Amino acid sequence: MSKNLKLFLGVAVLFLLTGLFISWNQALFILNFALVSAIMALGVNIQWGYAGLFNTGIMGFAALGGLSVALVATPPVREAWSAGGAGILGGLAIGVAVLAAAVALWKRMPKGRTRGLAMIALLTVGFILFRAVFDPAVEAVEAINPSVSGNLGGLGLPVLVAWPVGGLLAAAAAWAIGKTALGLRSDYLAIATLGIAEIIIAVMKNEDWLARGVKMMNLQQRPWPVPFEVELQANETFLNFAASLGFDPVTGSSILVKLVYMVMILAVLALVIWLSERALNSPWGRMMRAIRDNEDAARAMGKDVTARHLQIFILGSAVVGVAGAILTSMDGILNPGTYQPLRFTFLIWVMVIVGGSGNNWGAVLGAMLIGWLWLIVESLGPVAMSAITSGMSEGPLKAHLVDSAQHMRLLTLGVILLLVLRFSPKGLIPEK
Amino acid sequence: MDILNAFVAFLNFVFVPGLAYGAQLALGALGVTLIYGILRFSNFAHGDTMAFGTMVTILFTWWFQSIGLTAGVIPTAMLALPIGIAVTSALVLTTDRMVYRFYRRQKATPTILVIVSMGVMFVMNGIVRLIIGVDDQNFADGGKFLVSAGDFKAATGLKEGLAIKGSQAVTVITAFIVVAALFWFLQKTRTGKSMRAFSDNEDLALLSGINPDRVVQVTWIIAAALATIAGVLYGLDKSFRPFTYFQLLLPIFAAAIVGGLGSPLGAIAGGFVIAFSEVMVTYAWKKVVTYLVPESLAPDGLLQLMATDYKFAVSFAILILVLIFMPTGLFKGKSY
Repeated sequence: MSKNLKLFLGVAVLFLLTGLFISWNQALFILNFALVSAIMALGVNIQWGYAGLFNTGIMGFAALGGLSVALVATPPVREAWSAGGAGILGGLAIGVAVLAAAVALWKRMPKGRTRGLAMIALLTVGFILFRAVFDPAVEAVEAINPSVSGNLGGLGLPVLVAWPVGGLLAAAAAWAIGKTALGLRSDYLAIATLGIAEIIIAVMKNEDWLARGVKMMNLQQRPWPVPFEVELQANETFLNFAASLGFDPVTGSSILVKLVYMVMILAVLALVIWLSERALNSPWGRMMRAIRDNEDAARAMGKDVTARHLQIFILGSAVVGVAGAILTSMDGILNPGTYQPLRFTFLIWVMVIVGGSGNNWGAVLGAMLIGWLWLIVESLGPVAMSAITSGMSEGPLKAHLVDSAQHMRLLTLGVILLLVLRFSPKGLIPEK
Repeated sequence: MDILNAFVAFLNFVFVPGLAYGAQLALGALGVTLIYGILRFSNFAHGDTMAFGTMVTILFTWWFQSIGLTAGVIPTAMLALPIGIAVTSALVLTTDRMVYRFYRRQKATPTILVIVSMGVMFVMNGIVRLIIGVDDQNFADGGKFLVSAGDFKAATGLKEGLAIKGSQAVTVITAFIVVAALFWFLQKTRTGKSMRAFSDNEDLALLSGINPDRVVQVTWIIAAALATIAGVLYGLDKSFRPFTYFQLLLPIFAAAIVGGLGSPLGAIAGGFVIAFSEVMVTYAWKKVVTYLVPESLAPDGLLQLMATDYKFAVSFAILILVLIFMPTGLFKGKSY
């Protein structure tokens, strides 16, 4: 344990140095990012570390978490609901019903050409019906005040509600995906989940009635105890407090907001770690690892491998969904364009592998370390590059080098991942 | 006449673009499937290998253009292509030596190799963005159209025009030559035969004295060449953007899996299956149908099954259907 403690202390020193030499605001920003990433890494670790499921669709589940924030916390657009709410819900219900009927038909009818034809007929009729109900409703909704809304809006509930809802939404998606894709071999599962994540993002970008698509959605409220900076700067008590400690109220308010977020994220993180640790060390956790290490043996012992895989896929995805919701409520904006697989899927994977897959503390450590590195290289890269190229004469080459220095982080991360896989495949804190 | 017009509209908007896109996907899928057959893992870095090869080719294309070296109607990029292939081969051979060989000796599981290829993907992606940036790059030159819509209308007197872009013609011809050469190589040469033997049964191949290192090296060189060619053709036809190339990973893998991973013939078939499905599902059929049905029945809507932005969903749906109902693919690959 002392070695692990040293590792965590080492990472803490990195953050302290960032605060001392750059700014405390920046250090806290990176810390919050790393903490949210740590929750996502725990989700990945649950899937990969406990059960060996290779899920490369993390981005999709994080985006669903973000979507839940928009759907829960924004006020409903009443006109849109009366114009097309029923049509959209009805259309979606028809879609789900047709799919369910198709699955039932496939299972019930005897094999043969009749089944194939019946299936095609059902899907064709269902699709036409779906489009007939759904399309006019979407058009009606998107026509209403498109510059500010054009969507159905949300439920107008507090943002905090969106955090668990994000988990539920991701869990529901994971159930549907797991039902179809979990029987696949590991690298097929990876490709399938990669595709699903792209599809989820495509839906969020194009279905304007849902959350305004690429037109983005601003959140007018913050999770409960977190204040707005402007309100703090107008607050007498805070101003006196700032004056008595001698710091600038503008920076101070920004730092205070980040600190409140930090405490909230830490609470969620602690809860997730506590639950995962309990689960990992329970008979259930031992069963999961047994399945991971030898599926056939576990199956021979009477374990229902497919059902357990589905279960853990849902659990892990739900954790990622919660983290995605936290991230979006912290950003204060839902922009589907920002979801990039390198940043939301592969970065999290690097965190888990560098930290130590199968070990929750390892995943957290990896997230803190890699999260710090990811953002620090972004801000320090151009500075370092200007220093390196300071001897060069001004010109397009120098400008190009300084401009593209932020992409150094992909290179750095790739090299780190390869080095860890080669020389320390169990990660910084190996599984016990 | 109306049937002819409908047919020409179909050719112009569905068949020709689908053919070119299918050829690009087929070349990409061939690379993936060869790596899978010989090295036995799904190479996630393939999309970024394509991006890297295309980038090198673009840089040399620009240089050639600046010194006035062009090839008339053929895009200058085709002149720079051999250099792109050479540099990319050197890169993947170095990568194999420094990264993959270790795991091969260890007999690591395919999943570990996939994660390793993820690391390689990061590195290549970083290199590409570092050198050429993230923006769209246009490097197409040469003849713009083989057949232009206006000429076609004038020549045939039809209302619909058929346009064949120069890049589409170059794509299809190049792909044809490359595929023919590849199959000749695999079927007729000693090295090609040893590759197939290695892919069928590794132990037996080793027993009969085939040098595994040589087989692996040749595979990487071929994969690099295929990736570069596919990437350059795609870039000429559409445009070059590193992120798009990463996203091509999905349709390329779908093509390889639909055809049967490990089967070169399947990769080609899969490429066209995916490309045509994608184009047909996202095409608005209104124009074609209006020609075919009596005026009173002319459709109001676009008759588009799915918005173009959902093209990934098409490859994905086909992928899932094939995996569930025909797990070894159309051509009985090695996947099970």
